[in-house]
Amino acid sequence: MSVGTSVTRRDAQSKVTGQALYVDDYRLPNMWYGATVRSTVPHARIKNIHYSPNFDWSQVVICDYRDIPGRNLVALIYDDQPLLAESIVRHVGEPIVLVAAPSKELARKATRYVTIEYEELPAVLTIEESLARKQKLFGEDNIFKSYTITRGNVDEALASADIVVEGTYRVGHQEQLYIEPNGMIATVQADGTLLVQGSLQCPYYVHRALKELFELEDDKVVVIQNTTGGGFGGKEEFPSVVAGHAALLARKAGRPVKLVYDRSEDFIASTKRHPAIIRHRTGLTRDGRLIAAEIDLTFDGGAYCTLSPVVLSRGVIHALGPYNCPNVRISGRVVATNTPPNGAFRGFGVPQAAFAAEMQMERIAQVAGFSPVELRRKNMLREGDTTVTGQILNYSVGTAQVLDAAIEHSDYLNKLQIYRNQTGSKRRGIGLSLYYHGSGFTGSGEEKIKGRAAVEFDKEARIRILTGSTEIGQGTRTIFPQIVAEELGIDLAQIDFEESNTAKVPDSGPTVASRTCMVVGSVVQKAAAALKAELIRRIALSCSLPEEGVSYKRGIFYHQDQPLMTLTEAAARFCQHSPIRTEARYSSPPGIKWDDASYTGDAYPVYAYAADVVEVEVDMDTYEVKLISVLTVSDVGKAINPRLAEGQIEGGTVQALGYGLYEEVFWKDGHMLNTRLTNYIIPTALDIPDLETILIENPYPYGPFGAKGIGELPMDGGAPAAVAAIANATGAFITQLPATPERILEALCQSKHLSDSL
Amino acid sequence: MKVYSPTSLQEAYEILASTEAKILAGGTDLMVLWNSNVAKLPQVVVDIWRMKMLAQIDDEGEVLRIGARCTYTQIINNPLTKNFAPALVDAARTIGAVQIQNRGTIGGNVVNASPAGDSLPVLVAFDAKVEIGSLRGVRTVALEQFYTGYRKTVLAADEMVTAILLPKQREDEVSKFYKIGTRAAQAISKVVMAARAVLQGGLIAAVGIGVGSVAPTVIRAKATEGVMLGRQIDDELVTAARRTMMNEVKPITDVRSTEFYRRTVSGNLVAKFLREIV
Repeated sequence: MSVGTSVTRRDAQSKVTGQALYVDDYRLPNMWYGATVRSTVPHARIKNIHYSPNFDWSQVVICDYRDIPGRNLVALIYDDQPLLAESIVRHVGEPIVLVAAPSKELARKATRYVTIEYEELPAVLTIEESLARKQKLFGEDNIFKSYTITRGNVDEALASADIVVEGTYRVGHQEQLYIEPNGMIATVQADGTLLVQGSLQCPYYVHRALKELFELEDDKVVVIQNTTGGGFGGKEEFPSVVAGHAALLARKAGRPVKLVYDRSEDFIASTKRHPAIIRHRTGLTRDGRLIAAEIDLTFDGGAYCTLSPVVLSRGVIHALGPYNCPNVRISGRVVATNTPPNGAFRGFGVPQAAFAAEMQMERIAQVAGFSPVELRRKNMLREGDTTVTGQILNYSVGTAQVLDAAIEHSDYLNKLQIYRNQTGSKRRGIGLSLYYHGSGFTGSGEEKIKGRAAVEFDKEARIRILTGSTEIGQGTRTIFPQIVAEELGIDLAQIDFEESNTAKVPDSGPTVASRTCMVVGSVVQKAAAALKAELIRRIALSCSLPEEGVSYKRGIFYHQDQPLMTLTEAAARFCQHSPIRTEARYSSPPGIKWDDASYTGDAYPVYAYAADVVEVEVDMDTYEVKLISVLTVSDVGKAINPRLAEGQIEGGTVQALGYGLYEEVFWKDGHMLNTRLTNYIIPTALDIPDLETILIENPYPYGPFGAKGIGELPMDGGAPAAVAAIANATGAFITQLPATPERILEALCQSKHLSDSL
Repeated sequence: MKVYSPTSLQEAYEILASTEAKILAGGTDLMVLWNSNVAKLPQVVVDIWRMKMLAQIDDEGEVLRIGARCTYTQIINNPLTKNFAPALVDAARTIGAVQIQNRGTIGGNVVNASPAGDSLPVLVAFDAKVEIGSLRGVRTVALEQFYTGYRKTVLAADEMVTAILLPKQREDEVSKFYKIGTRAAQAISKVVMAARAVLQGGLIAAVGIGVGSVAPTVIRAKATEGVMLGRQIDDELVTAARRTMMNEVKPITDVRSTEFYRRTVSGNLVAKFLREIV
């Protein structure tokens, strides 16, 4: 049995011994190095670009937008983001000029001899300024996209509610902080093929972007993913920019060019999590049933649209949390500002929405005197219930299981009581969150992509998996072989994995949206099943037997109960000249319906559910928060590899706790101030206690062996649980992330708790 | 770049007298600045890492003589510092993480002149002196007088810090070190405080308090000490000391913390100190 066992990840040895090659480890013959000249102002007209006569420009190559043969844009949703600025810059850090030189030092030096002369324009730096239309940046109203979800009659329901609770919640940027900064190497081959290799999540996104920029046919662009040191969504759309820049330089220099950012440049240039302001107005009956929810979300998209509409859409759909409510109006919009574009980041709009939703539940419990657990139990979605988009949840709804297990294992109810009204200088608190995350693309997304994957069977009876889904640390290259081994009943050692190269693997859709295991994994399983069927067909044909009479089990083909031949024999017989390749495409589970116009229907084929309980100790002299224990209970459908699933959840939980307690981007006049690891604060091993991770398997009938997507789920619940724990410990109700000691002090002062003692 | 690696003081002084040079010890501050282009690369570097005579900790009776090139790890493990400078040991343990402690030096912490230098509140609270050498001779300056402004010191271009002269903690003396960083390790201080006191017959007979990251330089909280001296520790004193400290510090808001937080926590830490020693 392969699925359900914690086999060692395939890349473990090469990574821990330092043998894995990342893009910066490659040194191609004659390779030059790129550097980027970026805007130093948030909004301006470029008047002039001045190349200093004090630098010998003959030793380098320079590119600007005029060197782009195709359209000057990063192809995504809207065609609004240029690869290189032309006459206007819209954010600090926007690329304007590229330089390539024989050494990295010389390339960087050259950038210091380029001066951009600006005519500054008024800059819009916050959500409020954008909504006030201080300056028109996009369309008439600065809104990239808006969505409304309506169910029932929320106004009437609010008017008739026994209890109405309001709350406003704010979150700022979060930096991706993958360990490996962005980097690419581009080469133009003798036949004109553009070859780009580097750190990325979605080879076919880069492929498409390069085709548009350079007006090349499909087969004239090849994208290869090198070992990638983390992605989190930060390497979903952004690598297209780096790849485009490297390719421009390589074309002009006539040699390979490597463009690798250092940490500060990555901080300045790359996409972050969208800041948001989220308002809740919730109506309840006297006994604590939700009857009305009015939710308003505004996301800051930054200077260009990137994937913001899709991020917003997921945020809007998840805005209520995993709860029942018959009357709902959720309005969301994403606005343009003169700050660096925000983009895909693990959670994709849900961490913002889930923080607001769960803090609102805590506030309701506090204001109306309900138990936080009972309030959630009374309202949470269960099998057969209907979501805000009208989706009826027919299977795999784990809310009750995860909540019950979390409460029981953490002794939550008892501690919640004990920790109220403490007076010491160190105070404990406990906090809870219940959350869910839709697996796969939103709405009709998967149907539009119809991701493909294939397997190849060769004369040695080895099976090769071909997929565009990449390994970014989450375990793709380990779990796909497990799925195939299980489907075919063979040894894992017989299974290979093709490199992530657009010339070799089909487009499985991007490695995003918690879809790799559940969606593409199911396609890989189908391809393996198709291989089985193809071999049965060939054996039946060659042995003159009816196909129905031939079966397969664990490496052996049978006619009725008599062994016919082994898989190895079949390989020798049918694959002498060429391997057998079978391909499969994704198709939605039966009955899935989505309407883009009304935004109703089955938003996701299934959801993963989780509950977190976080216990903290707050130092009342310094307002520092020490994490005492963190428990995560997750309904994952089926853990293909339990250790990897736990690893995903632990990593995501730490990232969520960073979001909740530490991580903050500071800005001044559109410039990010803390662009170093010394001042952009993520938690260290000393800040995080041992994490307790419980997996619950509530199978999804259409996932591979029941698996659901869990990559993003753990990003959603850590922050509200930690902040609820701070409230339990101190009475300080924090509504803005991160809940730093500074914000705790302010909240305590507002609740007058402290002013008496000063 | 020209790099000298002198092995004697005379050699080091001669280089410093003849050329404008930057002294490099463990490199934990300078390498970061140079790598991130915050500071320009100097033309000449004097690497003092091999100057073993600067890496000793000696018992000189009333004071410990701690060589400028002593690392935090040495300070953490040395019996003399463990016995006679426990607050400095506590401070050394909180700096960066083990890798930084193995390379970072006390002389570097002093000369780098960051208001957030974690050893500095201890040195200022204990009336430490800085020993400075050059071809012109040796002089000592009280740490309190060593800084003339934000990241400015009295060091002349031809001089180098050779040692810290740290008075030993008295047997009847108690001391505490509090670092409030942005996280549990690898953190730069938001507020850092060292305090010492001698209690005699329930009264505070001697007191010294150094605070960092709350003013352009590390400060000695003299007004707060004045409020405490000769008094017994009760609620009234705690309140008065807290108020005085909050007025005495001159913090700013930056990417690490806010002015209000630093002021409040400085006050709280004095109160905590009094609570802990009573």
